[in-house]
Order: sequence, then structure tokens, then C-alpha cells
Amino acid sequence: MLRLEARREPSQAMVFGAPLIAVGLTLLAGSLLFGALGHDPVTALRVFFVEPISTANGLAELCLKATPLALCAIGLAIGFRAGVWNIGAEGQLVVGAIAGGGVALLFPQGGSAGLVGLAALAGAAGGLAWAAIPAWLRTRFNANEILTSLMLTYVAGLLLQYLVIGPWKDPMGFNFPQSRTFHRDTMLPILLEGSRLNLGAPIALLAILAGWLLLSRSLLGFQVRVVGLAPAAGVYAGFAPKSIVWFTLLLSGALAGLAGAFEVVGPIGQLLPSISPGYGFTAIIVAFLGRLHPIGILIASLLVALTYLGGEAGQILLRLPIAATGVFQGLLLFFLLACDFLIRYRIRIGGRHREAAP
Amino acid sequence: MTGGAPTRLALRGIRKEFPGTVANDDVSLDVLPGEIHALLGQNGAGKSTLVKMIYGVLKPDAGTMLWEGAPVEIESPNGARTLGIGMVFQHFSLFESLTVAENISLALDGDEPLARLAERVADVGRRFGLAIDPRRHVHDLSVGERQRVEIVRCLMREPKLLIMDEPTSVLTPQETDVLFGTLRSLAASGCSLLYISHKLGEIQALCTKATILRAGKVVASCDPRQESPRTMAELMIGGSFTEAHREPRPPAGAPRLEVAGLATETGAPFGTEIREASFSVHPGEIFGIAGVAGSGQAELLAALSGEAPVADAAAIKIEGRAAGKLDAAQRRALGMAFVPEERLGRGAVPPMSLIENTVLTGYDARSLARGPWIDRGAAKREAERIVGEFGVVARAPEAEAGSLSGGNLQKFIVGREIGQAPKLLVVAQPTWGVDAGAAARIHAALLALADAGAAILVVSQDLDELFQLCDRIAVLYHGRLSAPTLASETDSQKIGLLMGGLFEAAETRHA
Repeated sequence: MLRLEARREPSQAMVFGAPLIAVGLTLLAGSLLFGALGHDPVTALRVFFVEPISTANGLAELCLKATPLALCAIGLAIGFRAGVWNIGAEGQLVVGAIAGGGVALLFPQGGSAGLVGLAALAGAAGGLAWAAIPAWLRTRFNANEILTSLMLTYVAGLLLQYLVIGPWKDPMGFNFPQSRTFHRDTMLPILLEGSRLNLGAPIALLAILAGWLLLSRSLLGFQVRVVGLAPAAGVYAGFAPKSIVWFTLLLSGALAGLAGAFEVVGPIGQLLPSISPGYGFTAIIVAFLGRLHPIGILIASLLVALTYLGGEAGQILLRLPIAATGVFQGLLLFFLLACDFLIRYRIRIGGRHREAAP
Repeated sequence: MTGGAPTRLALRGIRKEFPGTVANDDVSLDVLPGEIHALLGQNGAGKSTLVKMIYGVLKPDAGTMLWEGAPVEIESPNGARTLGIGMVFQHFSLFESLTVAENISLALDGDEPLARLAERVADVGRRFGLAIDPRRHVHDLSVGERQRVEIVRCLMREPKLLIMDEPTSVLTPQETDVLFGTLRSLAASGCSLLYISHKLGEIQALCTKATILRAGKVVASCDPRQESPRTMAELMIGGSFTEAHREPRPPAGAPRLEVAGLATETGAPFGTEIREASFSVHPGEIFGIAGVAGSGQAELLAALSGEAPVADAAAIKIEGRAAGKLDAAQRRALGMAFVPEERLGRGAVPPMSLIENTVLTGYDARSLARGPWIDRGAAKREAERIVGEFGVVARAPEAEAGSLSGGNLQKFIVGREIGQAPKLLVVAQPTWGVDAGAAARIHAALLALADAGAAILVVSQDLDELFQLCDRIAVLYHGRLSAPTLASETDSQKIGLLMGGLFEAAETRHA
């Protein structure tokens, strides 16, 4: 018989060690997988995880991909800490892209370099508005935000498709489903000449710093954590649970919307039917991989961005299917959850059957 | 070794370890036939672990158990019951929607017809003074009656040893007297009893032998009739303590808390809504509310604390201000503090440090925040002050609240709330499950707070505690609060009648 036994206090070293072990196990399982597919595991792992970041441009791409992940994940993590499960960051990201892109389309001739700021604000407002729907449904009707936020993701995706196929289609675009390309003034400035790295990355870093200050130093962040850990203690202390639901959903929506706007006024430069390879969903993995801690999220977003780059490299150089990216992300989450579980519990072999009291 | 009758149960060198603690170490004791044997000890002394091993829920790491002289290994509660060991738990396990006979039938093997079983139940009830109608549904029964069902259920198997864990916490003094009569006649019939309680007065009245545990070890065994509650308490804690004492005084000054015609509508399943409660608590006064468990205490406390605001704002006035609709934080701003009954998950956040748990309710009253930011230095100093002043045993102020023992966490929470120098303190079960030493410390702190002019409301099921602390006492029964009386003008018998619902001789019982 296998038996689970709760540990008295989780080991502090393992709390931080677990993500590292999970990464190690993911690499191990990945190399076994490459072996089974007939590739030399060492070469394959190098193609996947080393070569993409062996050049300056590669590093710039890494930061570029990590930006939306970090922005979404920090917002989600603050919600998760409060027990508010926003699964719809992808939808909020898409609506942010629509709002930000919409502002950019309003100024086809540009006008001022400040316009990109307006586009970013519109993006944040769009994501916030999209997240306000599940927040209202939850606080008014007690509707589960996991379901409502997830379902709204598909609505957002269809809205974007409608716009780029219909009213916002580029009249000079040979009937392709895409908008006009944006004017330079409505695009994020490039930081590193010759790369696509833009101002979004340092803003994401600031967001992580702000998230850290909020969670660890502020009374509001304290309330968020109390409500998540012990809702009854939150009521006892007089923290309004509904306000916490509103705050965390609006915050994560705004950050996801900002990420979406940054994508379209950054590397993409126009509205397309699909503007995200699932950043909003992957950010959930990033948030947990980073232990819902801002610093952890910074590292995790870079790591997961690497799986995106590695997936692309693997496609080109090894002819691996695009699904390899998802497999790696899935393996990572699986091993992390398993390690987490074993921090809290130990497995006893040959345990005695326990009978409940009569 | 014991002369005539063979020992019913003998433990020899029993040891049980849990990760990080030794719960029982070299425990030996003998229970003779027909003996009422008390198991005494502070919280965490290892009483529960020991009886769980006797009842087969846990398995000892070392040592032997002898049942009527022969070594046995008790593998499961079923094995224990087969040997003739029965146990009545503190929390009942009855199906509310079934009748008494059906509930008992479920616990017995075999397929005895219900009608015959009902007769046997009634018969056992008559023999031991446990009057119970086997056809009644459990949801209709009072808490005391439910306990009788639990006991009858054990007795149906004709046990030779009956283990009882804190059986009187849900009973009025009168019901306790009836229970003791039953237990004495059980013992006279040859059944042995192992009786766990922290109420030393009861143990003195009932038990003929006591084994005292401290930190998992047997530190003494005595005849409770030859001891005083004080000497037994000192054996339990391994030191001496001073008991708080107070002369009751009548209320004076403008009320700090005024409750008028309070009624609640929480809609909680199996809750007891408050139907009518009116009272006031004055500066320097300690006001006690007695009542058996489940009389509406939880609902009253949630309404007073602001966790469940009430529709009528004027039903609760704090310092003369209508407060019924205010939430807990707003009431704290008016000078109220509150110690809830549940420590973990309500009074404290288990995975957070003591420092953060200090911030939970003290951020405003103790200025632990500067603007939107937590002042971590001030919070740490405040946590250290509480730990020091109340003798909280904790690894450090950084220790998780969940890692503290129940008594220590209670000292911490009481200390945190008192430390806010409240004008009005509402305390639920101040010493529930707390050892004698910690209880004395908490009582002294409450008395000092009242002497400093604060108004204190104590809701407790422990009558001794209420009489020790309170100036006036009222009784809650099925959501209705009796008229308060001066503690000096009543006694536990009169309060006991009120706890059973006899508000006025003419008044009928409310079901």
C-alpha cells in the first residue's frame, strides 16, 4: 500500500529547489522523447535550448517573447494568490490588442510619438473592461470566474476575426484578413538597433517590480493574500471579499490587455486574425512555475519564452512538429506540480490501512 | 499485581512518535474492572493519541497492551469493538434524518429486526437512566439527547471498557448530573470507564483514579477524591499558578455595547438564528453569555463582530453609534476588538507568520501601516511584544501561526486583541482547549483589561469560567437570550435551568 503523509512544515530549501528539479526532469524527459523520435538527445537539446539564445538577437527575441508572458503572469498570480481564478487572460489580451490596435488605426498618418502611449492605455482599458464582465458576474451572481473568463476568451477571438475580416480590413490588402500596418508614431520604440526588442520589455520588468511591492509590502497585497489563504480570516479582519475579486480581476485584465496592445504595436505592427500563440494561457504555467512570486515569474517567463524559441528552432532545424513546444510546457507544469505535491506530502510504502472513526 | 480482579486493560511502555514530536513516551497504566479512570493532561499532553491507540485508530511504535491479562494488538476500531471497547467521541456521528433505532442498527452487525432492536434500546436506556425514545428522529433531539444515543449505541454491544472524550462540554449542569448517575451505575455493573476531561471539578466528583500526562509521559497517578482541583492542575502543568478572582460589581456608566431586539437571518444550514437578544455592556464590566453548544452563539458573535452585518442598524450600538450594518474593520475603528472561537483560518491565517497575523487586525489600531504600506518593523516589534507578554511558545515571531499549539495560538490572539487597548472586547470561548496555566494567564489579562475600564463580553460554555470572571450573566437558548442577572445573585443551578430553556416556569419549551 502507498500512503500519503503530510509533512509538518515544508522544507524551505525545497520550496525554491522544486522549480529547478522540475526543469531538470523536463530536460530529462525531453531528451528521452527526442531519443524516441530518432534524434541525438544532446544535439536536440542544444538546438532547443542553447542555440536560440547564443546570439544578441536571440537574447532580444527571448525578452520580446517573455514580455507578454510576464505581464499576463504577474497579474494572474496576484489573482491566484487571492483565490480568484482568471483563466481568460488570453481573451483580455486579445481585447487589449483590439483596443490598442484600434487607436493605432485611428491615426494612420501618425502625428506625435506619444500616440503609442495612448494605444497602450487603450489596450489596458480594453483588457480591464473584458475582465470586468467575469468580475461583475462573480460578485453579482456568484458565477464561477473560471468558466466565464474562459468562455469570454473565445468571444474575444471571434471579435478580432470579425474586425480584420470586416470593418477594419486593409482596403489595399488584396483582401487578406488583416488591418492596415500601423504608423511608426503608434508603434513602440525599438531599444536595440537591428532587433525587435522594444520598450515593452522594461515596462514588463517594472510591472513585476510593482507586483512585488504590492504583494510583499502593501496593505492591499496583504489583504489579497489573507483572502486567498483563509477567506474566513479575511471577513474577520473586515477585508471586503468582493472588492478583492474586483481588484484582482481588473488588474490582471488590464495587464493582459497591455500585453496584447504591446504585441500589435510592437513586433506585429497590424491586426491579424491571430495575434498570440496562447500567451494568456501559457502565462498560467508561468505564474505557477514562478511560485506565484514576482521574482519567480520573471525567471519563469524567460524560461518559458525559451521553449517558444526552441520550438521554432526545432521546427526549422530538426523538422520537429510545433506541438513540441506544447509538450515541453506541459512536461514542465506536470513536473512542477508533482514536485510541489511532494514538498507538502511524503509517500510511505507499506502503510497500514486506516479505518475512520465509526 | 492488583490482587483480586484481573486488570481490564494494562498498558506497558507505550510509545508513539509523530514527525517532529513524541506524543507518548513510556506510558503505562492499569484500568480495573468497574473503575472510572480519569485521563488528565494539558492540550498536547498526549491524551487523544493514547486513547486512539487503545481504540485501534493509531498503532503504537513500541510497548504492549494487555486486555484482561493477555497481550493484544488492536488493529482497527472494529477490532477494539470486538474486544469490548467502546468510545464516545466529542463530536457525534449520527445521521440526522434517521431515527434513533435506525442509527443504532447501522452500528451493529447482524440483521436484528428494528422493532426488537427498539425494545432493546429502550431496555438499555431504562437500566442506565438514559431515557430515549427509539422511534424519534435524531434531528429532533437536543444535544444532550444525541449524546445519550451515542452512549446507548456503545452500550448495545455490552462493552467492558467505555472511553469518553470530553463528554460534558455540550451538557447543562443538570444533564451532567444525570450523565454522571448513568456512568456510576455503568461502573457498578462492572464496565470500566476511561474518562478524558479538563474540568477538574467533574473529575473529582466522578472518578476514582486519575492518570496525569505531561508532554507524553505519565507524571503522576492519584485518587482525585484525595486531591483538590488545584493540586491536580499543578500536577498537569508541572508548576504552580494563581487563579484570577474578581468581586462582581453592578453595571455603571454609559453602555459601550447596546444590543436591542437583535435578530439574525444568516440562512446558514443547521444554524440557530438569533430570535431576540437585548443587553448592554458597560465600561469596566465583564458580561457573560452562557448556553450549551449550538444555542446561537456563532450567529450572535458574527452579528456582533460585523462578519455578518444585520439588517437593523440600530439593533447594535457601539459607543452609542448604530453599528449593525458596519463590517468588522469599521467596528474596530469604533474601538471594538474580537476574539473568535476558531483560531485557525479565522482568528489567524495558518500559513502566515505571527508578524503578519499581528497585522491582520492591528494595522489600524496599532499603526502597523504607513499609508498603503505595511510597517514591517513595527509589526515585528508588536508581535514580539505579544509573544513576550503572554508567554506564547513559538520558535520566533516569524513562525507560522499554524505551527503553534492551540493554547499558544489562543494566547497570541487574545494578546493581539487586548494589545489594541479596545474600549469593547468580545471574546468567544476564551480558554477553549487551553491548559490551566494558559487559561489563568488569559483570565488575568481579561480582568486587568476590565479594571482599566474596558467593557468585555465573554461567550463561553464553561460555567466555572463565567462565574469566575463575570459581573452579569445571561443565557442563550435556541436563539433567545434570557434577562441578565448579577453573578452574585445567581448560581450554576439556576443558570443550568436557563441553559435547558426554562426561562420562566410557565413558559413552554421551544423545540
